[in-house]
Amino acid sequence: MKLVTAIVKPFVLEDVKGALEQLGVLGMTVSEVQGYGRQKGHTEVYRGAEYSVDFVPKVRVEVVADDALADKVVDAVVEAARTGKIGDGKVWVTSVDSVIRVRTGERGADAV
Amino acid sequence: MLNSGDTAWVLASAALVMLMTPGLAFFYGGMVRSKSVLNMLMMNFIALAVVGTLWFFYGFSFSFANDINGAGLLGGFDFIGLENTAGQLAGFAVAANPDTGTAAVAWPGPDAIPVLAFCMFQLMFAVITPALISGAVADRLKFWSWTLFVALWVTIVYFPVAHWVFSFDGFVSETAVGGWIANANKLGALDFAGGTAVHINAGAAGLALAIVLGKRRGWPKEPMRPHNVPHVLLGASLLWFGWFGFNAGSALTAGDLAGVAFTNTMIATCTAVLGWLVVEQIRDGKPTTLGAASGAVAGLVAITPAAGYVSLLGGVIIGFVAGVVCALAVALKFRFRFDDSLDVVGVHLVGGLIGTLMVGLFGSTAVNSLSVDGLFYGGGFTQLGKQAVAAGAVMVYSFVIAAILALIINKTIGFRVSEEDEVTGVDETEHAESAYDFSTLRGVAGLSHGVSARVPEPAPAVEARAGAGKEH
Repeated sequence: MKLVTAIVKPFVLEDVKGALEQLGVLGMTVSEVQGYGRQKGHTEVYRGAEYSVDFVPKVRVEVVADDALADKVVDAVVEAARTGKIGDGKVWVTSVDSVIRVRTGERGADAV
Repeated sequence: MLNSGDTAWVLASAALVMLMTPGLAFFYGGMVRSKSVLNMLMMNFIALAVVGTLWFFYGFSFSFANDINGAGLLGGFDFIGLENTAGQLAGFAVAANPDTGTAAVAWPGPDAIPVLAFCMFQLMFAVITPALISGAVADRLKFWSWTLFVALWVTIVYFPVAHWVFSFDGFVSETAVGGWIANANKLGALDFAGGTAVHINAGAAGLALAIVLGKRRGWPKEPMRPHNVPHVLLGASLLWFGWFGFNAGSALTAGDLAGVAFTNTMIATCTAVLGWLVVEQIRDGKPTTLGAASGAVAGLVAITPAAGYVSLLGGVIIGFVAGVVCALAVALKFRFRFDDSLDVVGVHLVGGLIGTLMVGLFGSTAVNSLSVDGLFYGGGFTQLGKQAVAAGAVMVYSFVIAAILALIINKTIGFRVSEEDEVTGVDETEHAESAYDFSTLRGVAGLSHGVSARVPEPAPAVEARAGAGKEH
């Protein structure tokens, strides 16, 4: 099993979610995060005093998928999140040792 | 005799001015960081409680009772504990006028108001003035030390200064002697609603505290962004609203003079907002919400001493000048390295000086027969000089006493919280509260910073009764 983690622009979340639903992905975890990459922050001015805000707000999407589905998930997320401008984000894939469904105790692929 | 229209206006104005202190609390509260917003609100709100109480015991008396020795420095003891106030009127005797054939009217004249209506109106000024100072020392004071400072500062500084500036001869009684700044037989400076007594006074004290107590840890390197700019604009709007009571109410009559003061208050504030935003557009490239709110307050401050004394064109100009100059003046603290956190100096001291001095330029007997023609209306430099003396006297007195009080409190019970408490945030360390619950999952105690509740045990009697109820 794989964990697909995507850091994307907040406004593409609905598109990413829609694309993953089409693939048959049944769940995801979403969190609001901040950070920076190539896209730097911005400057704010209060009574003439400048503040540079270094961290940009992003959304982190986490999806656990079967090995066979993982690549498709990655493609779907990248496709849905791409605007072509700097700051579109990153997607990475890590291996997952085991997954357990809390309600039933099912393990492995059945639990996803 | 009592004028019920005037009385109604003064009472309504008192209520309007009361709302300015909570308005100021939100204006300031939005500008601090989220870890000290409650403390900022409390530093303002406590002024209502403390000064209101002292006003009853001796504040009103020291401010407005017949002068203690005729020198115009301090009110006497006639109104201690608000004795001799209920049932009494205040007003001015009117001399006979042979030109119009009107007869003299003995004190309290044809348009008197109850002493207690005047007393409550003036109380609200005494409340907001120390509250204004709090912005200069945000985020870093012990709450009870601040409260003690407020009590001492109003006693030694505000009450006497209010007597100097607001107490007129022959007002609270036929022979009452007032303050040395207000009355023409002494200095005779013009301060309609408190450019000196309120704004220069608070601004100078704020400067003294910022210097004596020192900067916040990390200032000016660490970012200290306003945490809630909508609150700042809401607070500024409440101030603007209440300020109509402050200025137009200071006419103490529901007539033409109140209309003049109201109009000057409005138009000066409008042009001050524009002035501040023009500076920001040119200097920073963007007009900001914080700038608009600050410009409004700068205009209100500057027009305060002038509202009922200057021509309407004067009001337009005073506001614009204040907006521009105060927008530039807020940079002074970075140049001179004093952490006047929320710009009490840049807005209130500078704005108060602008307004007080410009009365000497735009004063006009055409709008108010009690005014004096200023430099631009053929009056020469005389009034401008008097205005400068009044402004300078209040500024120096307030600065010196505030600095001494801050030193004494700091050396004895301590004025600042520990560095660790300051980093943690004074809401938590001084008040054991936090302003906002940042967890977005409602009703899940564990997720809001691991909070769990410990409530007091129910009293045994209550438990017994509840048990008895169940048996039936």
